Amino acid sequence: MAILVIAEHDNASLKGATLNTVSAANAIGGDVVVLVAGEGCGAVAEAAAKVAGVSKVLVADNAAYKYQLAENMGELVAELGKGYSHILAAATTTGKDFLPRAAALLDVNMISEITKVVAADTFERPIYAGNAIATVKSSDAIIVATVRGTGFDAAAVTGGSAAVEAVAVAKDAGTSAFAGEELAKSDRPELTAAKIVISGGRGMQNGDNFELLYKVADKIGAAVGASRAAVDAGFVPNDMQVGQTGKIVAPSLYVAVGISGAIQHLAGMKDSKVIVAINKDEEAPIFQVADYGLVADLFEAVPELEKLV
Amino acid sequence: MKVLVAVKRVIDYNVKVRVKPDNSDVDLTNVKMAMNPFCEIAIEEAVRLKEKGVASEIVVVSIGPKTAQEQIRTALALGADRGILIETEEKLESLTVAKLLKAVVEKEQPQLVILGKQSIDNDNNQTGQMLGALTGMAQGTFASEVAIDGDKVNVTREIDGGLRTVALKLPAIVTTDLRLNEPRYASLPNIMKAKRKPLDTVTPAELSVEVKQTQTLVKVTPPAARSAGIKVASVQELVEKLKNEAKVL
Repeated sequence: MAILVIAEHDNASLKGATLNTVSAANAIGGDVVVLVAGEGCGAVAEAAAKVAGVSKVLVADNAAYKYQLAENMGELVAELGKGYSHILAAATTTGKDFLPRAAALLDVNMISEITKVVAADTFERPIYAGNAIATVKSSDAIIVATVRGTGFDAAAVTGGSAAVEAVAVAKDAGTSAFAGEELAKSDRPELTAAKIVISGGRGMQNGDNFELLYKVADKIGAAVGASRAAVDAGFVPNDMQVGQTGKIVAPSLYVAVGISGAIQHLAGMKDSKVIVAINKDEEAPIFQVADYGLVADLFEAVPELEKLV
Repeated sequence: MKVLVAVKRVIDYNVKVRVKPDNSDVDLTNVKMAMNPFCEIAIEEAVRLKEKGVASEIVVVSIGPKTAQEQIRTALALGADRGILIETEEKLESLTVAKLLKAVVEKEQPQLVILGKQSIDNDNNQTGQMLGALTGMAQGTFASEVAIDGDKVNVTREIDGGLRTVALKLPAIVTTDLRLNEPRYASLPNIMKAKRKPLDTVTPAELSVEVKQTQTLVKVTPPAARSAGIKVASVQELVEKLKNEAKVL
């Protein structure tokens, strides 16, 4: 049995989500082969070869894969994936984009966002915005699945010494092209990778007040997130959204500031190790999941928190 | 140009789902059903394209039991021109849905197919992409902006870390994200008018698609519950607890 894991990367570095996907592959068991598809992505392949538990790295280095467009990636993964028992990718916006295409080309179904491996053909995954956990068994010849990073520990970035092999498969569907990108620039850690996350909700009142959270975050190396209410109100951009429709996080410490705790938000953060809620409404549902709750005006509590940490 | 929009009948998003006591599935008996919220956004986008004079006809398709007609009528009330129900009582997996939609695409030849990025029941986020693969069309998933430009469509996508724009050759597929638009409500006159709009019913067999399942639902359980912790009286106490008790600072 061999498992093909599609690496998440930006042609320069291997992204952390790949490490959780490798762990999921190891939980299934079998040889783990990582596919790095990109352009000028040699450094990524070298990094992937060092990851513990990886037995081989395939590199598809071609201009057609530079932006990992779903049309081209789908065809590549479907062709290379034929001989494998499983094909896995991280449940990121990249993995979710191309992997269903590959599954359809292979004429198999797909299992989205697995959080646990029960058996080689059976997996747990959240449904109904995390309000229920389904155990799903697949009878497909090739099992294609995306992996939710918070469900699996990251594989070690050292310890492996896999062989790197170039694959000369160029798939250019010619139907789509990259036309631009606007990435949020920040020196703070990525939301999904941070050990501490501080999020603000509608209680922040406006975007400027998020400055209070940034100050605390910069002092303790935290990432800053937001509830959908704060995003919908236009306080902060959508890529900061934590929740079922945004990012799923599971840091060691999650601090919810001025967040009421709607189901859709809880679905994105309830696997955090320790949850702190700061809210002036003591009836707010967020307190039902918080390990430590502080009923207080955030405009007084947050500056004080900044001083004390 | 013709726009095809696929909509799904799902549990109303305001309803709190409960797992059946025998853990066989979630309990949907006597639960309010509605159009999947992402599908509402898909309809709205199509209607806006028609209002701009870009789209000439909006065809709405749904797959499911007879009751899914309600969601098609809702879409017709919101501005779609005619509906197609692919009627089946069987359990549908994404690949089958994509194959059924492919059959409709071949018949209708739309220039643009708009779908929700995922349904709020199974949260799969697969159908649009699978339809893209089966039809060979390009896709713009998780769209926050759609702009038709001659024989192309520029789709701005919500990706981890920001936004990315892709230029797709038409015909193409768009799947909607939350910020694409804010769906309107159907007016009463439009709801009445929708009752007279054409709605065809076909079966999977008539479309030569076999409905089969490759995934078995072994069990469904409620998520692990988190119990409420303690209330602290001050920021000072909070920091002290986080440092010494939880050891996360």
